[in-house]
Amino acid sequence: MSHKITAAEALVKCLEAEGIKTIFGYPGAAICPFYNKLIDSKIEHILVRHEANAGHAANGYARLTGKPAVCVATSGPGATNLITAIATAFMDSIPMVVITGQVCTDQIGRDVFQEADITGAAQPFVKHSYLIKDAALIPETVKKAFYIAGTGRPGPVLLDVPMDVQLQEIEFSYPESVEISSYKPKCEGNKLQIKRVVETIKEAGKPLICAGGGLFNAGAKDLLQSIAETANIPVICTMMGISLMPHDHPLFLGMIGMHGKSAPNQAISECDLLILLGARVGDRAVTAIKNRDDLKVIHIDIDPAEIGKNLPVSVPVVGDLKAVLTQLSEVIERGNNVEWISYLQDLKARKSTPELHKNGVNPAAFIDKLSRLLPGKCVVSADVGQNQIWTANNIKLNGGRFITSGGMGTMGYSVPAAIGAKSAVPEYEVIAVCGDGSFQMQSMELATMLQHGINVKVIIMANNRLGMVREFQTNNYEDRQTAVFLDGSPDFVKLAAAYGIEGEYVNEISEAEKALKNLIKSDKPYILQVKVDENEKSVI
Amino acid sequence: MRHTISILVENNAGVLARISGLFARRGYNIHSLAVGVTDNDKVSRITIVAEGSDYTLEQIEKQLNKLIDIIKVRSLPADKLLARELVLVKVSCKPAQRSEIIDIAEITTAKISDVSPETMTLELSGNQYNIATFEELLRPYEIIEIVRTGTVAMQKGSGGLRV
Repeated sequence: MSHKITAAEALVKCLEAEGIKTIFGYPGAAICPFYNKLIDSKIEHILVRHEANAGHAANGYARLTGKPAVCVATSGPGATNLITAIATAFMDSIPMVVITGQVCTDQIGRDVFQEADITGAAQPFVKHSYLIKDAALIPETVKKAFYIAGTGRPGPVLLDVPMDVQLQEIEFSYPESVEISSYKPKCEGNKLQIKRVVETIKEAGKPLICAGGGLFNAGAKDLLQSIAETANIPVICTMMGISLMPHDHPLFLGMIGMHGKSAPNQAISECDLLILLGARVGDRAVTAIKNRDDLKVIHIDIDPAEIGKNLPVSVPVVGDLKAVLTQLSEVIERGNNVEWISYLQDLKARKSTPELHKNGVNPAAFIDKLSRLLPGKCVVSADVGQNQIWTANNIKLNGGRFITSGGMGTMGYSVPAAIGAKSAVPEYEVIAVCGDGSFQMQSMELATMLQHGINVKVIIMANNRLGMVREFQTNNYEDRQTAVFLDGSPDFVKLAAAYGIEGEYVNEISEAEKALKNLIKSDKPYILQVKVDENEKSVI
Repeated sequence: MRHTISILVENNAGVLARISGLFARRGYNIHSLAVGVTDNDKVSRITIVAEGSDYTLEQIEKQLNKLIDIIKVRSLPADKLLARELVLVKVSCKPAQRSEIIDIAEITTAKISDVSPETMTLELSGNQYNIATFEELLRPYEIIEIVRTGTVAMQKGSGGLRV
């Protein structure tokens, strides 16, 4: 006996079949048929306060689960508001399925109320997209969307569903699997290339691993550590790769790049073999190595287009990092590199003497303190700007997870991403670190936390400046500072209080320990407003 | 350098927009583009002639391969290239000039597609060099309209691009 349901109900059932427990969204007319069926589902819906934040929350959720996460918005402005979040996920290769309502099929192209060509507008930032005009194709298309988003190099997939399509009735059965003849992500690495990797490592005197975010995507974090230990190769990371290695690990040196510390950057300029694992050699990460003709480079990545794009490569290996590193771990030989490692360890141990500013809290010292007080199971979500660099360079995680908008550098990412992360791993302590500029792009999400009982803690590094831009103007525009002053900002502790959220001020480093303990101890959302000198530099 | 790239794609809505969007976004120059369905009606074949260094060509191929609807991408080797485009040229032609233009058509193996008291329209399929010569021969007559398809191309010999 045939049993028909609406495509909207089918869409909900598809998400259930994919094991989706939580989605982030913001409704509107064109997506109402879907919401009307979501009521009857066990899927939890988190109502964000701006559509972009639904995308960032799904981003944070996906990073912690390693699976595609879902966000939903309506047609027109709801959909276009999501674009920044889609682009943010695309740049960092985060698996997401984005569902948008669309105006009715017979109205498409007539510029009706809240119509936007979202598949067109989001095209440069999606891994793939579908405008579903045939309701019967919903189950198959959703299956394809999850498959495409979560396999190969992960990324966002957009499903645009017109309202009349959502209301049509279809026979529902969810496919077990889908076949896309034009999409066959590569998994295992070429055996000959793996052999060349082993030989190249054996010949090297000063090998160095650069670990990128792709290792998280592949679930190859543990393999990285075991391979580095077996072959005795020191490890540096990109910003997307922070927290892949325990900070205190003797082989780990820290983050490279324009804003990185000196030990990892020194390592990259002196190594004779660079092994890039799931790192795309972004311009902010490794500009220095481009001029090194003598350098041998092994690049292992799932995306062949990244290999050789920004850096000439001696040994390319295309494949899923978990598969390739498993293959490699079976054949890799024990390494020594004692002198090289101890040289680098000395560099890492060398303390720089930071310039002390009279006013406020030294951000490096503060983040260092935060590191000491955090439990092992924690997520630190850094925003964009000076706060991001202070956090990236000074957070010392031994087991926790660091997340940030690496490629896109999207301000306003940290709090919604932390909300997503906390929803995925409620047992983890989840802390967002942002600036007073970026906080004001996301302060509305305090309500989301409260409404849904998501206990995210927020640290606001407040210098009344758009600090990174201020620093850029200081260094490159003869210190002619403009449009970087945040006068008019509220007292953030009072703002939080207006939401019913507790918080406190940290005006001196001596107050940091107690405040951080209160923050971590609290079983509710909590904020700290940390006073930072306006002339503080990013790299300290 | 000029490269001829053959692409097999799933015949899905928006596939051409994805491809042209990719070229625009990454700053690759398209010289010409031709699309048509293959013997399998679910698959279309696109021929793109693009300008760029070998590095650019490699990136174009790799980035195209990442598009989900693309089945195969191949850059055709210059020495095995069988490339054609079609041109229609309408020239101003009084009855007295007809025989001259018919001569040109015969020499260049062009077809006479349309004749009117004032005009004559010729049709030629050939490679870019044949077509350039053809245009040059007709230029002394007043060219009223000219239209060219993009290049379509395949590899000579037994090698080819199939699903």
